Amino acid sequence: MTATTGQSALRPGTRPAHRPRRSPLPFSAWHLLLAPLALLFAVPLIWLLLSSVMSDAEINKFPPALWPSGIDLEGYRYVLSNAGFPRWFANSLIVSVTAVVANLVFGALGGYAFARMRFAGSRVLMVLILATMVIPFQLTMIPTFLVMKRLGLIDTLGALIVPSLVTPFAVFLLRQFFLSLPRELEEAAWIDGCSRLRVLVSVVLPLSRPALTTVAVLTFLTTWNDLTWPLIAINHDSQYTLQLGLATFQGKHHTRWAAVMAGNVITVLPVLLAFLGAQRSFIQSITSSGLKG
Amino acid sequence: MSRLPTPITVADRASERTGKRTGKRPGEPSAHRPDGQPRRASALRRHEAATAWAFVSPAVLIIIGLSVVPVVWSLLLSFQADDLVTPSVWVGLDNYRALAEDPGFGQAVRNTLLYTVLYVPLSVGLGLALALVLNRRIRLVGLYRTLFFVPFIISATVQGTLFSFILDPEFGAANSVLHALGVSPQGFLSDPAQALFVLVGITLWSGTGFCVVVYLAALQDVPPSLIEAARLDGAGRWHLLRHITLPTIAPISVFLLLWQTISALQVFDLVYVTTKGGPLGATTVIVYFIWEQAFKNFAAGYGAAAAYVLALALLVVGVGLRAVRSRERRRLEGATS
Repeated sequence: MTATTGQSALRPGTRPAHRPRRSPLPFSAWHLLLAPLALLFAVPLIWLLLSSVMSDAEINKFPPALWPSGIDLEGYRYVLSNAGFPRWFANSLIVSVTAVVANLVFGALGGYAFARMRFAGSRVLMVLILATMVIPFQLTMIPTFLVMKRLGLIDTLGALIVPSLVTPFAVFLLRQFFLSLPRELEEAAWIDGCSRLRVLVSVVLPLSRPALTTVAVLTFLTTWNDLTWPLIAINHDSQYTLQLGLATFQGKHHTRWAAVMAGNVITVLPVLLAFLGAQRSFIQSITSSGLKG
Repeated sequence: MSRLPTPITVADRASERTGKRTGKRPGEPSAHRPDGQPRRASALRRHEAATAWAFVSPAVLIIIGLSVVPVVWSLLLSFQADDLVTPSVWVGLDNYRALAEDPGFGQAVRNTLLYTVLYVPLSVGLGLALALVLNRRIRLVGLYRTLFFVPFIISATVQGTLFSFILDPEFGAANSVLHALGVSPQGFLSDPAQALFVLVGITLWSGTGFCVVVYLAALQDVPPSLIEAARLDGAGRWHLLRHITLPTIAPISVFLLLWQTISALQVFDLVYVTTKGGPLGATTVIVYFIWEQAFKNFAAGYGAAAAYVLALALLVVGVGLRAVRSRERRRLEGATS
């Protein structure tokens, strides 16, 4: 990097990208492009937050207010006291947390067996599981509904939980990660006579945090945000998830926009907090999973 | 990968001690095992297989049970008339024939294609442009990246309700702003001529950040030595972009184009929350059509046939992805070797 300094001094047009260009502005000129664009991306979210603390009067006048006169928590109060809403939140949490835990457990067990153990048919099974990754959900949703109906699970959280217990993605990603770990680490445990499960739990899993985080983050994101499957599998509003609850809540209550927006804020919050808390691994998992898809 | 010889004696003693543990190390081929213990070896292998099956069976049962079985079932359904309740009737290719003549399905296909043709190049192009700018060492890069990316993690339901509100013809902030600017109020999602374009805009808001982040990751992989070399040869910024950066990240561009195409062809949640396919079918996309047929009109066989048409389209895109990626890989390998 330092070797290029002289070079770029000679040729101002070919300055390395990592060195800021000298400009008449006290900041990079790119901000003039980026800042308004970033604001454009942020405005809907700011508006989400602002409108959730507006009073109905402010929202319903024309033209509507663009800034709340004060913080009115009526929307939140309405949503939280609405019998359905806390229940929907709990349902979403139950389904998502179960999915995360189950994906980690079944994904790790399956992934480990595929990575390290030899058994008849393992190759064929792995290929089959990989192949299922390309099956679009729309193709399986009608028969899955019929399967769940025969199992008597329609209209229960079970219908939401069972299909999300383990994804081919979790098995595949963990298998790939386990393959990348050096075998030598496990060998000491083998020689000490540890069982497969012991080796997996006490040697392999502690080394697999990045992969486990990826699976956890993506499983939580997709189950928490899903609307399609709950829409199909659930009819009774006591079993609604937040997404389904919000979708119908909006239909019935769109004169109470502040309440709808309060519901939105509450729905976004867990994912947003997870994102802000683990931004780096979050973004890494999105990119790596995307690239592996 | 080098494999160490199996310490069979130590491990065997361990398995004798417990009576159930296997001495065989992970993935160790039995050829490495010293001769003279064939019975023990096969017993160990059987035990190994049993453990392995215990490990994989939950995943295998659920994944195969809820994907392969439904795929076949779906195919059978698509040849039947089925209302999800009473026993179905075999109708052969009637569902597909009816689809071909159904103006509603034709409109759904056209809407989906228009949506895809608009959304995919715009999101990838905008994503690339933003990533190129954000790849520079300027201040607040982290903040920009977060601001562009956060909409991606917001569920389609929230996006839908939020934008229904912002774009509400009567109460919406958008018309309020337009009013202040002296522009006449717009129908947005309630205007058949605008609704699909508005949906594209909303998904651009939420989906561009994904492209930005993937491109940013890809730009990290552009070898600095290549850039340095080109720069020493006097290449300007535009030349660097055209001849070094873009070719290096070409596989990622192809990936993103096809990935975004696949997700655009499958758009549903946002449509359900905002327009329910309306106004006048202007935003009925294929998946909405499938859902409507199967779960609103209770024509499950018909819906399954439409799903198979969609799956076929996705398969074509997916095969394209594989073909282009392997060609790119060969090209890159050829270029570097």
